[in-house]
Amino acid sequence: MFDFSIVTTWFDSLLRNTLGFGDFLSILIECVIVGVLILTVYALLAIALIFMERKVCAYFQCRLGPMRVGPWGIFQVFADVVKMLIKEIFFVDKADKLLYIVAPFLVIIGSVGAFSFMTWNKGASILDFNVGIFLLTAISSLGVIGIFLAGWGSNNKYSVISAMRGAVQMISYEMSLCLCLITAVELTGTMQLSGIVESQADGWLIFKGHIPAIIAFLVFLVAGNAEANRGPFDLAEAESELTAGYHTEYSGMGFGFFYLAEYLNMFIIAGIASTVFLGGWMPLHISGLDGFNAVMDYIPGIVWFLGKAFLIVWILLWIKWTFPRLRIDQILNLEWKYLMPLSLLNLVLMTIIVAFGWHF
Amino acid sequence: MKLENKIFELKNFASEMAKLKSEKHFDFLVTIVGEDFGEEGLGCIYILENTKTNERISIKAVDSNRENAYIPTVSNLWKGAEILEREVYDLFGIKFLGNKDMRRLYLRSDFNGYPFRKDYDLSPENNKYTLEDDVEPDYTIEYTMDEEGHIQQIEHKLFTDDDYVINIGPQHPATHGVLRLQTILDGEVIRKIYPHCGYIHRGIEKMCEDYTYPQTLALTDRMDYLSAMMNRHALCSVIEDAMGVELSDRIHYIRTIMDELQRIDSHLLFYSCCAQDLGALTAFIFGMRDREEVLNVMEETTGGRLIQNYYRIGGCQADIDTNFVKDVKKFCEYLKPKFKEYNDIFTGNVILHNRFQGVGILSKENAISYGCTGGTGRAAGWNNDVRKNHPYDMYDKVDFQEITYNNGDCFDRYMVRMKEMEQSIHIIEQLIDNIPEGDFYIKQKPIIRVPEGQWYTSVEGSRGEIGVYLDSKGDKTPYRLKFRPMGLPLVSAMDEILRGEKIADLISVGATLDYVIPDIDR
Repeated sequence: MFDFSIVTTWFDSLLRNTLGFGDFLSILIECVIVGVLILTVYALLAIALIFMERKVCAYFQCRLGPMRVGPWGIFQVFADVVKMLIKEIFFVDKADKLLYIVAPFLVIIGSVGAFSFMTWNKGASILDFNVGIFLLTAISSLGVIGIFLAGWGSNNKYSVISAMRGAVQMISYEMSLCLCLITAVELTGTMQLSGIVESQADGWLIFKGHIPAIIAFLVFLVAGNAEANRGPFDLAEAESELTAGYHTEYSGMGFGFFYLAEYLNMFIIAGIASTVFLGGWMPLHISGLDGFNAVMDYIPGIVWFLGKAFLIVWILLWIKWTFPRLRIDQILNLEWKYLMPLSLLNLVLMTIIVAFGWHF
Repeated sequence: MKLENKIFELKNFASEMAKLKSEKHFDFLVTIVGEDFGEEGLGCIYILENTKTNERISIKAVDSNRENAYIPTVSNLWKGAEILEREVYDLFGIKFLGNKDMRRLYLRSDFNGYPFRKDYDLSPENNKYTLEDDVEPDYTIEYTMDEEGHIQQIEHKLFTDDDYVINIGPQHPATHGVLRLQTILDGEVIRKIYPHCGYIHRGIEKMCEDYTYPQTLALTDRMDYLSAMMNRHALCSVIEDAMGVELSDRIHYIRTIMDELQRIDSHLLFYSCCAQDLGALTAFIFGMRDREEVLNVMEETTGGRLIQNYYRIGGCQADIDTNFVKDVKKFCEYLKPKFKEYNDIFTGNVILHNRFQGVGILSKENAISYGCTGGTGRAAGWNNDVRKNHPYDMYDKVDFQEITYNNGDCFDRYMVRMKEMEQSIHIIEQLIDNIPEGDFYIKQKPIIRVPEGQWYTSVEGSRGEIGVYLDSKGDKTPYRLKFRPMGLPLVSAMDEILRGEKIADLISVGATLDYVIPDIDR
């Protein structure tokens, strides 16, 4: 299996030894390159996801989707992005200017921050701490503040209702989201994302942890769907009730940021789910079958990771385009009466299984 | 039916009406027709129905004082009367004593005069379009009469100071048109709804008074565009009824089939919009996909897809298309398996059940009291199908079931429509093979004059009873033409249905009540 850290070490030594830069300069250059890389991949993935959503939902609905711009409509989203970039940004007259302007940035910071934790390949992860999972959930919850401030700051009654809905829903679902991650941490024994992936070398966690891992995976998908504000949990946007909810009053790239963050949050949820439960970039290994494992190793890690992530994205799309929307009290009921107790019980179950060594 | 009006004196009007309701069981107020009777004064014609025997009577009350016309309210007897009396007040200036809400309904609150009176000045100079903001009053006026006969004016406040008022509409995706629901919220919970109508008020009834009878037909499809066939059917029927035209069997067959096709069209759109309002966009597209098929079938013969101008006085515009029979049969075969698909993707979904069951309950008593006909009333267990109660065309000769449910919640309202589509298919299948030979049009005189008198005829529209009241003085134009809107009672009942429910339930109730705004405003 190709180890991407060869490239990063080579580049580091190129800067330090060959070119003779000092510590400060070489770290600065590396940080800039990494930052540019993150943002580029972020934008490209958003475009890919938007295109995927439009095409996939079109086929669910017996339509064709975008077909005019470019062959099979592939340039449609690029055209949309350009349109959004050159649109005038105007401000609401009586809005709270500071909060109104800051809100989209908070949303995008939370989203990009969480995005930086993705482990793309062996040795290819940008942020990789020993408390990775902890930090990841902390950074991703910045988005709630952004959504709440956007609704509050735009001085629109619909937006305020939407902001309240969004905040209460996302804060609630963070509970079971984190509990599911902790369940996984318990089994792997580390909070470091690369460590979690490494520990799945002899089988993905969903197979190793059998019953509690499967429960945690399913709860994670439901909670993650709610966390990403996607249907059937898209109450904050609920276009038939609250027009567009918290981003009603935003135009141009202000709206664009919310839009980007929404799609990337979906990808982040899918990415975390595939990293933690489906082994991330780790190929499908079955202990004992060395030949099979060796063949699987020929497929690069990034293909595995993206394949798993997009599979989960596809499942999320499928859910969104099939189900009607829930009501706010039903959403909170689902979380506080069913999902949270279930994940707590599941945590206990996992503890027992780990303690007695009943996992594979 | 030709109206034989009972005339009640204003002195004992209130008590006589109460007696009719309590003793003779006339518990359904079909409509209130305001009318300018010229020399006689301003007045109203009340059409009442006994929901047990389906007997109908009409009551006339006239106040000869044109400047200050007062009629005692009946809104204490029939809840639906409140908004119907507001309409009459708005257009004729008759003040209803004891009605708590005497604001204008359709026109701007700064409008001068009452445009439906015969002596209203219609000249363009006096009816300039104003660019000023319409400042709405935040209170309602109630008129009462004390013992000495003096009129007193009481103001009722609409809002308290710390109410969180939010406008759902006029531009809102879930109101399906330009309806404004001024909603008082307590967090997510609805405390009160004030509907505001009139954003698309065109005064169709007044326009009709200047048109000859064939010309009036042109406006029917601008009301409830999803019951375009039935609107026109009602208007043609009332004129044919008044003139005593005998139609051939072929016309009856064609009209019945067309009405049912239109009903399927409307209910498919209802299904789609329900799905869309709840955020199930795939189900929405499925409904629209199948609606195309029914539109194709209708287009072949009528030439219209949304705007249907097919019936005319004495028959139909043209004979059915040569492929019509074949295509209708093909369409029926196409649609039948789709009902299972709708069930799989939407009706059977547990989220839908949670959103619809037990939400927005309208009891049978309230449904009758408000006059919520159609699927809304039938979901509450009220057998109000005009096709069964006052059969017209082929409906007494075909076999079909009147779908009723008992809970009156959103889910029942939804299911009534879904099941009605199957019944419509059933009706069409009985008729389509047996369309008799004959004339598709009974020739009428070039200038149609309707004999003097008053008529009221109703047909079953897609979402309730469409009635047309015609008052003729023997001219070639109607003296007064009034359409009974299907949606107005539904909108007036929204406050009662939704008080204490969540804001998301407003969407599901609005979707399942299935009102169409141009029909409310006319």
